[in-house]
Amino acid sequence: MSDVADRVRKIVVEHLNVDAEKVTEKASFIDDLGADSLDQVELVMAFEEEFSVEIPDDAAESIQTFGDAVAFLTKATS
Amino acid sequence: MFDLTGKRALVTGASGGIGREIAKALAAAGATVALSGTRVGALEDTQKEIGKDCPILPANLSKLDEVDKLVPAAEAAMGGVDILVNNAGMTRDNLFMRMKDEEWDEVLAVNLTAAFHLNRAVLRGMMKARWGRIIGISSVVGVMGNPGQGNYAASKAGLIGMNKALAYEVASRNITVNSIAPGFISSAMTDELNDKQREQILSTVPAGRLGTAQEVAGCAVFLASDAAAYITGHTLNVNGGMAMI
Repeated sequence: MSDVADRVRKIVVEHLNVDAEKVTEKASFIDDLGADSLDQVELVMAFEEEFSVEIPDDAAESIQTFGDAVAFLTKATS
Repeated sequence: MFDLTGKRALVTGASGGIGREIAKALAAAGATVALSGTRVGALEDTQKEIGKDCPILPANLSKLDEVDKLVPAAEAAMGGVDILVNNAGMTRDNLFMRMKDEEWDEVLAVNLTAAFHLNRAVLRGMMKARWGRIIGISSVVGVMGNPGQGNYAASKAGLIGMNKALAYEVASRNITVNSIAPGFISSAMTDELNDKQREQILSTVPAGRLGTAQEVAGCAVFLASDAAAYITGHTLNVNGGMAMI
């Protein structure tokens, strides 16, 4: 598991108050992890802070799953 | 229950009238209050009346670059913003048929667009803190309309609608967003009215007198306090009964 994935998982676990095992590659924030639309905005804000990147709105909308977030942030920080 | 000790507030238009009294009342309830306005001298007077150390953050809210610096400056000065009071407002009255684009734009910019920017800017901190209070000072004119004030009425009604929409979005995060709609409040402007004008105005007010800025400020303290934790998206009419809605 990459460092990016660990950091993303930590944010998701803390923010959504879910078990780390549930945060799998395909886990959807809204459908599987109980997030609402505001949680999703907050997650994106937390990712931006953790990784010191700016995530534009259209990119933010495409981040639906844990895997999406890891893929985006891996690319954005490489 | 009305104690605001430890809370940090930002009040726009704190240089006079209602804004000054709101700043004083929040401070008296224990909050640290950052004072914003255009006139530094008047803000310093407000600070003297409060008698506590309050950051003075001059800003011209018709300029968006100044608007966007205000919340970061308040956060830098106080460590965060828990309570935002969008009080700053202006009028450029004219009958509709004669109203110029600039008169419309200027009033909407200060009364509504600046409030939108400030609301958006404080949300991040409030969402993280899972606590926040946003209070917009609207007007009875925004609720009832008033001839010669199409721009002002639009901006004040807009504030109420915007705050209701935002109240929906952030209610689950313990952030309340409310509006206060004052009626005729005693001010430098109403002091200039002649007896006939005053009589005419008071004939529409069941209470038979003008309101005071303190009476509006008390409502702001209430909405900022834990006593009002379950009130959101509300418009508190403070008008001596002139519009019972």
